[in-house]
Amino acid sequence: MLPSTVVSVPAVLAVGSMYQQWALLGLLFLIALAFGVGNVVMSHMLGPARHGQVKESTYESGVDPRGGTKERFNVRFYLVAMIFVVFDVEVLFLIPWLSAFNHAGHPGLKLGQSGQLGPPGPGALFVSVLIFAGILLLAYGYAWAKGVFKWD
Amino acid sequence: MLGIFIAHLVFALLMVGMLLSVIAYLILLERKTAAWMQDRLGPNRVGPKGLLQPLADGVKFILKEEFVPANADRILFLLAPIVIITPALCGFAVIPWGGVLGAGAHLPGWLGGWTFPKNFSVMVANPRIGVLFVIAMASLSVYGVVLAGWASGSKYSFLGGLRATAQMISYEIPLVLSLLSVAVVAGTLRLGAITDSQASYFSTVFFLPAWNIFIQPAAFLLFVTCIFAEANRAPFDLVECEQELVGGYHTEYSSMKFALFFLAEYAAMITGAAVAVALFLGGWHLPWIDQLIYPGAPGQPLVTGWGGVILKFVVFWAKVMLFIFFYMWVRWTLPRFRFDQLMNLAWRTLIPLSLGTFLLAALFVYLRREGAIEHRGWLLLGNVALLAGTVAMNQLWPGESTNRRLPVFNSRYQSAAGVLRPN
Repeated sequence: MLPSTVVSVPAVLAVGSMYQQWALLGLLFLIALAFGVGNVVMSHMLGPARHGQVKESTYESGVDPRGGTKERFNVRFYLVAMIFVVFDVEVLFLIPWLSAFNHAGHPGLKLGQSGQLGPPGPGALFVSVLIFAGILLLAYGYAWAKGVFKWD
Repeated sequence: MLGIFIAHLVFALLMVGMLLSVIAYLILLERKTAAWMQDRLGPNRVGPKGLLQPLADGVKFILKEEFVPANADRILFLLAPIVIITPALCGFAVIPWGGVLGAGAHLPGWLGGWTFPKNFSVMVANPRIGVLFVIAMASLSVYGVVLAGWASGSKYSFLGGLRATAQMISYEIPLVLSLLSVAVVAGTLRLGAITDSQASYFSTVFFLPAWNIFIQPAAFLLFVTCIFAEANRAPFDLVECEQELVGGYHTEYSSMKFALFFLAEYAAMITGAAVAVALFLGGWHLPWIDQLIYPGAPGQPLVTGWGGVILKFVVFWAKVMLFIFFYMWVRWTLPRFRFDQLMNLAWRTLIPLSLGTFLLAALFVYLRREGAIEHRGWLLLGNVALLAGTVAMNQLWPGESTNRRLPVFNSRYQSAAGVLRPN
């Protein structure tokens, strides 16, 4: 049973609930990591270990392996990787936008000072995401026209 | 405060244990489902009706030889299964399994009878950016696959790893956009809050629960397609298609290292299904029957005692299991895609469609803010129009498909003379 009296709380947990959430996630991460490492180590210790030249050769459906793997491969994989970086970063920019959009127009955020621009309202933010998507579509159309998405 | 923290930690340990045992039985369930669909018996030797099969598998995995091929990059080869299992076991942390347990609930006497001083969210952790955390854990899994494919030093693994990378990163973009279109309507990135927003009914059509699948069907379709591809499940299992690549990136793996890849795939399946349930299928909301239990309420209450929490937990897992059965059903029903079809689907159809879904959701939220429209049915209408438009575009503008109709007669594809006749 846990004591109902005051317990000394580690500083990082006492600061606020946000730190608690991330401490929990960190602990879960450690548990998962320990599970992975433990399993690899355990099967290394418990299983038999018999070595042999043929056994340790690379599997190539029974024939002797020919050539290595550190060779050139199709350039399309590079193209996909590059276009992915572009799109993924653009998509991640939408998350801060989402946060701003959620809070836009909130009464606590309205600055009515004369001559001062307040934070953008929902209308301005919606127009801004349209412009953002427009630029994204421009890049998308360019990549399409250049044949980046051609996989045949 | 510390008590609640420890309660969350204990819950995390319980959930890891539950997840691992559910995974062990899912493998049995998958084999049984496959057997059922192919009119076989399936595993039935270990224990009654094969129920002890997962135990036998586990013991066998641990006792088999752990083996590193001579051509492999030893350190990365050992690192890859650890890299893939760690995010796979973390991804479920932000899933809201059962609403909120009200303050003042007691643990049973044999567990110490401790009283919860505050409300306890039945989830491991509840960060403000839950949806982003799910996305992060899903995209981290690609590193394990790349490492395994590259470090094995085998051509099968290498090709499997290349394919996996291209596939997983391509389907990540529509995945993120479909999640964001749900988040923008809910106005939050917390999974718990998005689930709560669904635990009611459409105001005019009372008997349709206000689940996001009925509000944004296009986003749901995108999400389901993408989690199939992210988990490398059929029909997107080109990564490990045995007819071409033996086992893909895990060709050279044995014993527990191989098992970790398997566990990670099933953990990703469960997490994907749980996110689908939490974000699109109403989470723990038990439709219609909640009106009998809580008469007069607009939906199921969020904060409940033990009874309500256990009911929600059971309902959530029932939905997850149904979704996983759907995964298996698809696996044994649909044939595998070809790689160019896979990439075309992602880049030419899903990405524009997901951008459209997101902008539509943003437009809806903007118009609702301005007071122009109120009802969520408008968003449903927009989604249906978007899907219909995509299908129509595909019909009207097929693009350059490799599926050309070949003239069979008098070509080298014609079968032996006299076997086939033109109509």
